Order: sequence, then structure tokens, then C-alpha cells
Amino acid sequence: MKKLQYERPLIQRLNAGLMNKFGMRTEYTPLTHIDDVSVVKLLEDFGSPLFAISERTIRQTYREATRAFKTRYPKVQFAWSYKTNYINAVCNVFHQEGSWGEVVSGFEYQKAINNGVPGNKVIFNGPDKTDEELKMAVRNNSPIHIDHLDELYRLTEIAEELKLRPRVAIRVNMDTGIYPIWDRFGFNYENGQAWDAINKIILTDKLELVGLHCHIGTFMLSPSAYGIAASKISDLALGIRKKYKRNIEYIDMGGGFASKNTLKGSYLQGVDANPNFDQFAEAICAAILNSGFGTDELPLLILETGRALIDEAGYLLGTVISNKRLSDGRRATILDFGVNVMFTSFWYDHKISPAQEFSNYTEDCVLYGPLCMNIDVIRENVTLPPLKKDDHVVVHNVGAYNMTQWMQFISLRPAVVMIDMEHQPHLIRKRETLSSIESSEVKPDYLAKFKL
Amino acid sequence: MIIKKNIALSDTGFVFNPSTGDSFSVNPIGLEILKMLKENKPEEEIKKHLLGKYATDRDTVEKDYYDFTKMLEQVKLTDTDGKEKD
Repeated sequence: MKKLQYERPLIQRLNAGLMNKFGMRTEYTPLTHIDDVSVVKLLEDFGSPLFAISERTIRQTYREATRAFKTRYPKVQFAWSYKTNYINAVCNVFHQEGSWGEVVSGFEYQKAINNGVPGNKVIFNGPDKTDEELKMAVRNNSPIHIDHLDELYRLTEIAEELKLRPRVAIRVNMDTGIYPIWDRFGFNYENGQAWDAINKIILTDKLELVGLHCHIGTFMLSPSAYGIAASKISDLALGIRKKYKRNIEYIDMGGGFASKNTLKGSYLQGVDANPNFDQFAEAICAAILNSGFGTDELPLLILETGRALIDEAGYLLGTVISNKRLSDGRRATILDFGVNVMFTSFWYDHKISPAQEFSNYTEDCVLYGPLCMNIDVIRENVTLPPLKKDDHVVVHNVGAYNMTQWMQFISLRPAVVMIDMEHQPHLIRKRETLSSIESSEVKPDYLAKFKL
Repeated sequence: MIIKKNIALSDTGFVFNPSTGDSFSVNPIGLEILKMLKENKPEEEIKKHLLGKYATDRDTVEKDYYDFTKMLEQVKLTDTDGKEKD
């Protein structure tokens, strides 16, 4: 006789009165396939844990975002934010869709160039650009977004040295009603720093001021703040036209759009509460269109959003190492991935699904990673079916920042696969090995031997 | 392990402790174990029953039985403070 499927015995206290009117979210709907590819097969083929990226979701999300802006404004250009996820295969999906590159370091700049992005379509942002990097960007005719006066002066000198006229924008920070104000980057709008930088650029006449850039925050939940920012940036552009009779080629509104993740402490789920692309687009486009530009002089609108474009395309697949009972009776489940590869678990209550079928019985538990560190907590409290050793789980919405901010700490970083439009998985980043870490180390000869 | 005599078990997995007013839900395997404990079945017989009926192994049953019975003690469904009968 065939034996029945086993499930760990459970007892759960029934409580009258829940934490809030929506109750606890229960995650027992399994995610067995990603884009028709079996989660179990992916883990068998590529090992556990594993990042999986859906090319289909990237393209769908990108098209949704561009549609939201292009139906409201005539000239729109997206630039892929490399720092959000700079695995080359991911970048190239965005470039195939028409995205330029937006980089914040020489390393990222070189990556974009190596990926085949033309130099004049790589936007060079950030406060740290070396002389060599600036010269490379000037020679490539890349738009350089100036962050501070020291950079402005140095770039002016480089322009004289190279006898070239760099294309530049200034980054502008401002009060949009969102606090803290990100005033550490760029020049302030309200106190006149931005105008001071603009005057210096135009009057020294060594640099070509082609754009104005702002980036008001990250994981922004208020589209209206973008409306205020777009109004202030447009005011600067119109002021330049009035004062110097020059038109600005582009306004770059940066990024920072929230994805569908749920911030820790949030009352509602991110998927329900966070603004969508249409809301951000409406705030930004309406502000620029209503600011006073003539229809034939509207600047190109550049968007550098990263998180909202890639987060939903990324999944982290993992395996249960063990279960244990904590001293207060709570169930603890230890997974084979920790905060070292899922940095965003510090900010979000990530949605986590089992990867196999269960009954509808669930248990409150805390999810820990495998690190021998007390901070290694994936979810402080989540309601899941009775997972057992070697069961698999899938973490949702991990495409942004995890594959760039992950740490090689205690364990090695996992492989990354991309599932293509025909449902075929491709390895796009190999699992790290001991030699990939030790190849950068140098051990002095006198430390080579010891006796114990 | 002895389960308190006044604990009410329903066939759908609803557990009620009339002396405290606490109620609990158990999954089907949890219910089976609880019923057998109420019938004073010995631990070995319960484990043997689970191994015969379900696709699992002895280590898993040992581990889960220990965890489940500890939870029964913790939620105060056992008699004589959860002390073993023998």
C-alpha cells in the first residue's frame, strides 16, 4: 500500500483579535515554477541557493514604465541604473529595450562601454570620478553630471587640457517635502548653489551645459514630491533660457520609484500601497508640461529608475537546512541563504513562498539565514506551512540591489540564472568558488609554513 | 505523556481546553498523535503507527514527535506538568 504524504504535526493557538484589521498574511500558495521552469529543477541544475531572473518580467515591466511616460510626454529616454543590478546580461536586456546606461563609478562606466553602449549614451553620475575617468568620459562625449564645485573646477581644467568641450549637467538637490532632503548630492536649488554652478559653467564657457539632473530619494512613496522636483528643475531650465538665451537639452529626473516590496513596519502590503508608474509619470510629466515650455522646446525627459524596473524580475531560491524551537515556543526555520546575499531583508518584509505543495495548515515562524551571526534574520515573523529539511522556498522581488550589494561573507555568493523568453534558463553569473576569492589574496612567503 | 482528561478534540482538528478557555487547531497528523496520546497509547506505538502510515523516516518522526509533545506541554494540554506516566 502506498504511504501517505507526511506533514510535520502542528498545534497552533487560536487567538481572538488579530494584530490589525487585515490579519496576518499567510504564505501557503506554493511557487513551483518561474516562467514555466521548475524551481526544483533549477536548484538541481544550478545548486542552492540560486538567484533567478525572469527576462520576460524585465521586458514587461520596462514596457509598462515607458508606456506610462511616453503616453504623457513626447520625448522620453530611460537610462539603466547600473548600481541596481549590473550583471551584464541584465544590463543588456535593458539596452535591447532601448535604455541608455547610467553609472556612478569608473567601474560601472567601463562595464557600460564594454556592454556596447555608445559613450554619448552613458550618463556619468556620482560624487567620485577620478581624472582618468573624467578624461575617458570627455573623450567619449558622455554626459557628465557634476556633483560638486571641486569636480566642476577640475573638469574645466580637463577641458582646457584636452581641448574638448565636455557635455555636462549639474545635479540639483531641493526641498520637495520629503525628509531628510538628499542635499549631500549636487547643488541646492533653494539657497542659490545651483544657480551659482550654472553661472560658473556658462560664463567660463569651457563646458557645454546640456542638462539638469535631480534624484530626490529612494523607495519614494509620494509621486507628488516628483511633481515638485520637476517644477523646480523646469524653473531652472526656463531661467537659463531667459537669462542666457539657451535651451537645456534634457531634464533628468533620476530614479527612486518604489517597487512592490513591503517596507518593514508598513501597515499595508507594498503591492497594494505603493504608487505605480502611471502615478509617478503623471506627477512628473504634468509638472514639466505646465511649467511654461513651448511645445517645440520641451526638453528630453530622462528617467534613471532602477529598483522599480528590476525588483519583481528577481527571485531567490533556497533550501531549508533545519527547524528548531526557540525558548519562547516560536518555530525557527534555518535557510541556506542569509543577509549576506539578501541585503534587502534589512529593509523589506520580503514575500516568501514554499516551492512545493502543502496543506492549508500553517505556523508562525522566524526565518534565519545560515550565518553564525545574530543579525542574520530573513523574516522576523512569517506564517508558513510546516517546512522541513530539504524543502525549498522562493523569495520574491529581490532583483534590485541584492546582486550588487551582496557580500562574500562566511559563505560564497550563489549563481545567477536568467530565464529567457522561451523559458530556457541561462547561467549569467557563476557560483563563487574558494579560488575565485583566494585569487586576489597574496600570502607572504614567510607566512607560508607553521607548526602546530 | 498524559493529555488532560477534559481536553475536547473534534474530528476536524479543533482542540479546546475548558479549564483555561484556550483553543487550538492541529493538523491531521497532529490530531492523530493527540488522539492516540489521549487513549494512553505508548510513545513507541505512536511512532510505529506514523512510520507505517506515512512516507517518512524514523529520524524525522523522532524529531517531530519530540517537538510536538514539547509544544503540548508548553500550551499546557498535558497532565501532571507533562511528566511521563512511567
